[in-house]
Amino acid sequence: MGEELKVQMTDVHKAFGKKVVLDGVDLQVKKGESLVIIGGSGTGKSVTIKCIQGLLIPESGSIKVDGREIIGLSEKEMEEVNSKTGMLFQGAALFDSLNIWENVAFGLMEGKKMKRAEAKEIAIEKLRQVGLSPDVAPLYPDELSGGMKKRVGLARAIATNPELIFFDEPTTGLDPIMSDVINDLIRSCVSDLGATSITITHDMSSVRKIADKVAMLYKGKIIWYGAAADIDRTGNPYVEQFINGRADGPIRMEVRG
Amino acid sequence: MNVFAPVGRVFLNFLRSTGKLALFTLNTVSHCVRPPFYFRSLFSQMIEIGFYSLPVVALTTMFSGMVIALQSYSGLSGFSSEGVVASVVELTITRELGPVLAALMVAGRVGAAMAAELGTMRVTEQIDALTTLSTNPFKYLIVPRVLAGTLMLPVLVLIGDVIGIYGGYLICYYKLDFNAVNFLRNTWDFMKAVDIVSGLTKAAVFGFIVTLLGCYNGYHSKGGAEGVGKATTNAVVSASILILICNYMLTELFFTK
Repeated sequence: MGEELKVQMTDVHKAFGKKVVLDGVDLQVKKGESLVIIGGSGTGKSVTIKCIQGLLIPESGSIKVDGREIIGLSEKEMEEVNSKTGMLFQGAALFDSLNIWENVAFGLMEGKKMKRAEAKEIAIEKLRQVGLSPDVAPLYPDELSGGMKKRVGLARAIATNPELIFFDEPTTGLDPIMSDVINDLIRSCVSDLGATSITITHDMSSVRKIADKVAMLYKGKIIWYGAAADIDRTGNPYVEQFINGRADGPIRMEVRG
Repeated sequence: MNVFAPVGRVFLNFLRSTGKLALFTLNTVSHCVRPPFYFRSLFSQMIEIGFYSLPVVALTTMFSGMVIALQSYSGLSGFSSEGVVASVVELTITRELGPVLAALMVAGRVGAAMAAELGTMRVTEQIDALTTLSTNPFKYLIVPRVLAGTLMLPVLVLIGDVIGIYGGYLICYYKLDFNAVNFLRNTWDFMKAVDIVSGLTKAAVFGFIVTLLGCYNGYHSKGGAEGVGKATTNAVVSASILILICNYMLTELFFTK
């Protein structure tokens, strides 16, 4: 029990009004492991990770990060938990009003109270790590392409050397080659840091590239969980339909959510 | 078809949004007094509100002062108007038109901009990104704006008072052929501390209202570009209405007895 578990979710329920999104999610992530959560749009993937970050509060259940129950923590205590995590948002969510290096260094300067000069050095090093030259440091987010924004978002997520990193659809909206580049970067950044990661995606090439473990979410429940290597021989009709991208099968796309 | 259902729904919605706004206000005030403080953002917001609103506030108060001088002269001619015009200009500008017009102009300029900026940050997940970088969005985004509004609007109104009275002076001296010295002496003799104090108190309250509603509507906006547009409209309309209502109540508070 509890040996080296980074995140443990037990029977988590979350609903928005009458719409039940998470209907008893159980999930465990070991330290240093890369978990990928797959599932169609609107199945509760984003809600799951928002619950782990304390951005949403579930109605019932338990979420433990490093063995510490996070449901019911005060804002201050949650900040403490979040100071050891990083996140790459789907749209990168870079701050428009700050330039690139200030974006990357934000967690260092505001969260960890580091001096600007020192934080800038680390930011430029992190930018180099994601394959961006120091020339982009003084630019603003709206001057960058989608792929570059993703890289900056990744640099920002890893800037504070977090122990737990979330990736929200890291390859959505990118061309296949850039997707592969981002997947490689995620893989190398996570293993360099020795961090645990939780990724949500519906891009199967991401899954094959970065996952150690895969969980499939459907209608607010985890319907399959296992090693990434076993994903092609699950015998689970839901998983098979999803990974092969077939319109017909047990999963019915709800046209109206 | 139940007649009471829609009435009840409207009433419940009203209660819900009032409660939400009250909580938001309490949250803002409580974060105002708890560290960390972001002086850099406070300073830039003070410049944005105080300095860049000067032209609009100067223009509106200037023309109001001119109009009051003209109207009170034509409306009151037959009385010993020279002294009356000066005092009417002084009274209306310092007690009423200075604070109300400045606040309405700032609501249109600053309140709308805040709602749009925070609304965009909300829908592009930048506010969530702040949380994941262990920075409290209330402290980083809302407190500096609301504080800057509350502090800078009195400054703007004080400048507006001077410019408004100057507008009245221009009309009296160049158009109505009053004696310049007499106008200024009448204004000065008639002016009481309570005129200025009540006007500046109103300004501080209005500054709080404008920035709070701008932030509230932006922070809670949802649904993409359309939602941001709605938030902006709501911020300006609700702030303007609340300014006029509070203006009556503050006048009652200061001047009845």
